[in-house]
Amino acid sequence: MTAALEVKGLTTRFDTRGGAVTAVNDVSFTVEKGRILGLVGESGSGKSVTGFSIMGLIDAPGEVRAGQVLVDGSDLRGLSDEDMRKMRGSKVAMVFQDPMMTLNPVLRVGDQMAMAVRVHRKMSKNAALEEARKALETVGIPSPAERLKAYPHQLSGGMRQRVAIAMALLHSPSVIIADEATTALDVSIQGQILAEVRELADNTGAAIVWITHDLAVVSSLADDICVMYAGRIVERGTAAQVIGQPRHPYTKGLLESIPALHEPGTPLPQIPGSTPQLSRLPQGCPFRPRCPRATEICAKTPPEDTVDGQTVLCHHPLERS
Amino acid sequence: MTDTLTPESNVTAVPAAPPAETRVMRLRNFWSDYRQSWVAIAALIVIVALVLGAFFAPFLVPQDPYDLAKLDWLDAFLPPGTEGSGGYAHVLGTDNAGRDMLSAIFYGLRTSFVIGISAGALALAVGITVGLTAAYFGGRIEALLMRIVDLQLSMPAILLALVMVAMLGQGIPQIIFALVVAQYAYFARTTHGAASVERRKDYIEAARSTPLPTWRVMFKHLLPNVLPPLIVVATVQVASAISLEATLSFLGVGLPLTEPSLGTLISNGFKYIHAGRYWLSIYPGIFLMITVVAINLVGDQVRNVLDPRNSR
Amino acid sequence: MFGYLVGRLSQAVVVVFVMSIIVFVGVYAIGNPIDVMIDPGATAEIRENLIRQYGLDQPLWRQYFTFVGNVFQGDLGRSMVYNTSVTGLVFSRLPATVELVLVSVTIAAVIGIPAGLYAGYKPDGIAAKLIMALSVLGFSVPTFWIGMLLIMAFAVELGWLPSGGRGEVAEFLWFKTSLATSDGWAHVIMPAINLSLFKMGLLIRLTRAGMVEAMGAEYVRFARAQGLPDRQIVFSHILRNISIPVITVFGLELGSTLAFAVVTETVFNWPGVGKLIIDSILTLDRPVMVSYLVMVVILFVLINLIVDLIYARLDPRVRLKGGS
Repeated sequence: MTAALEVKGLTTRFDTRGGAVTAVNDVSFTVEKGRILGLVGESGSGKSVTGFSIMGLIDAPGEVRAGQVLVDGSDLRGLSDEDMRKMRGSKVAMVFQDPMMTLNPVLRVGDQMAMAVRVHRKMSKNAALEEARKALETVGIPSPAERLKAYPHQLSGGMRQRVAIAMALLHSPSVIIADEATTALDVSIQGQILAEVRELADNTGAAIVWITHDLAVVSSLADDICVMYAGRIVERGTAAQVIGQPRHPYTKGLLESIPALHEPGTPLPQIPGSTPQLSRLPQGCPFRPRCPRATEICAKTPPEDTVDGQTVLCHHPLERS
Repeated sequence: MTDTLTPESNVTAVPAAPPAETRVMRLRNFWSDYRQSWVAIAALIVIVALVLGAFFAPFLVPQDPYDLAKLDWLDAFLPPGTEGSGGYAHVLGTDNAGRDMLSAIFYGLRTSFVIGISAGALALAVGITVGLTAAYFGGRIEALLMRIVDLQLSMPAILLALVMVAMLGQGIPQIIFALVVAQYAYFARTTHGAASVERRKDYIEAARSTPLPTWRVMFKHLLPNVLPPLIVVATVQVASAISLEATLSFLGVGLPLTEPSLGTLISNGFKYIHAGRYWLSIYPGIFLMITVVAINLVGDQVRNVLDPRNSR
Repeated sequence: MFGYLVGRLSQAVVVVFVMSIIVFVGVYAIGNPIDVMIDPGATAEIRENLIRQYGLDQPLWRQYFTFVGNVFQGDLGRSMVYNTSVTGLVFSRLPATVELVLVSVTIAAVIGIPAGLYAGYKPDGIAAKLIMALSVLGFSVPTFWIGMLLIMAFAVELGWLPSGGRGEVAEFLWFKTSLATSDGWAHVIMPAINLSLFKMGLLIRLTRAGMVEAMGAEYVRFARAQGLPDRQIVFSHILRNISIPVITVFGLELGSTLAFAVVTETVFNWPGVGKLIIDSILTLDRPVMVSYLVMVVILFVLINLIVDLIYARLDPRVRLKGGS
């Protein structure tokens, strides 16, 4: 069976005034139908750029330099601009962070949704509105017909994000990319939406890439987890592996600094230093300056090390107990 | 909330805050950003050259155009490049009274700069005072002052200036006063906008709770923070004061021919364009245009540099 | 909504009232019009009669109330120069100005908005840079000077167009306009272009800024992620968003176009109200000055009110706040 999404060696560069910056560096991962992949990293780690690269939405001065993006086995990278546009929304869809900003404030929800329907399927406006109503129903929005007539500012934040998710679902895409989709929401709403997303993946068979900085969110949601640091995936495995037995020192540091998982009353461990600037990465392993296990050899490019399907990019991975 | 991965929460060693920027450093940064555009540099050079030229006009040009004793009627309407009775070539020709146009233009430029800069500076001072007063005191005073300012802003400057000039009559001080009345509102609005944002910040509250006199708090603490947007408005307003004055003079309600500005020269020359004597109005017009466009280009670049959204 | 309207209207009335006092007092502080009007050799008796005839012997406050009383009866007084009723004078000149303003505003919108959209869509292209350079010119070079250049080029040198005045007028529907004759168009086109340049520059900058901002907006990214083509994003999403500030500013600027017509009308000798006010200032024709200014104030207040209402109508977020 071909995977819904297979990313191979994806590399995206930005040529800025301060020099070229490789925001996404040789990134590879696979998501099967109905599975959720958590893509975790700090801001600036390249996780959002990875999402936009998959969508073909990288604007100048950025450019996808290498790699393949296979959706249901066919490569999106070779497509013309026009063919790629036709894939967006129908085969691959995306949900963004701030639901206040992603909907156009001066157009009714229904008009925006109908436009998204009709761009990929020829039908009357009324039929498109009916499709939109059904999609709103799917994501659990009460009295969807009325919501279609509303303007975005008349809906709550959680409601707006549900609308955005419904819009992503309109054409039953094979892949949905969600970029910090619940970060701006209250914790209780976040929980509801996460549960709904889990259900959606199971019911529709869509492959979901869940991009977030919040390891706690993906630990409960995702099947698999990729951890990104400075443009590279430094650790990849099932959620149980990565959360339960992290092998990269960076992943371990992240997990230890989650307050909820930590012994109360003792100081919270932290990762020393701060995120490196992509234009000034150290030689070899980019995590080297902040890593407690770093030695001389880390100045060389770290090797890939795989145990039981859990891959780590490190000279000194932690041992599995 | 498990906000685990934001960089701040993971930093143990807080990096030392950048050293407080000195005024010199700020100026140097400003300049290095400013010179990114060669158009803006060229515009700045042009302005400096014109201001120097206008200031030193008596030493640069061949004639004092308003010393009537030196004018010769026989020299009237000489086309550019012709040699007149003075024994030198009139590079830009002569006007209906035999004035050397080049000399007249540089003297006119002087008048235009004096009016533009003093009107701009006065409008700036009045505008800052009104804007800061409104922002600092708030309440009724603010409502009343800003109401008036908004009302004036909704009227075009040319109309206000026209009315003022009609009331006051002709002459340089009258024109400057009219321009200040027409333009102070832009500064007041800008100051008020920036200052009322600043006012809500803690440091002003802190300064207010000390026994410092009100005006000190206003000018020492509020003013420096509203200065950048004001600098931008000021450059643009000097240009528009110059062009407004020229317009008024052209309409015949500005300066009389006895103390001409560029606008008066153009207005005078306009009478002769149908006779093909283009040089009477074209050349002063070109100088006016270059001056106004150059100031605007400089203002544009200053805006780009000072805009916090563009900072690196 | 109704309460809002009543509030705004009463505010407008207060503004007009206050402005009329300022204008009246201001204008009446200027010189003595009688000296301008009559022959210096006239007898003291003729002089006294004239002063009484125009009510100039009354105290200022009584003159003002007489003026206001007359205004409510539709009488703006008599011109001291033309010796006709000001109302008739203004209304005979108004069509020419309205005609000029309408044509120039149309030119500004038809050229300025698409140019600004394009410059914002491809902000780094050569065409965009050129458009922006032209807008700086249109906006900073004084109107009268450009008008003069136009006359020099197209009237004096090339001889294609008349250098001034209003052309033949013909009946169109119920009023006379020069837009109904080809001679009329030949006369109106140059002044209209002249008057439009400033506004065009403004519109270009405004639409460009809106476009640039919108192109980076999240909702545009989201629309692209849905597979909408750029053309549809621009016309269905962005245009609707930037039309709000553009229409607002455009409406407000309508009034200033009317004021700037003063300059263009003088350059092109266009017989509109702008030319009338300049002449009245030069001849100290007080009633005409006062009437013109009060009319302009009323017009401005009205335009502001209408623009506010349109704004509330266009932006759903505002509609909710001011709502019923």
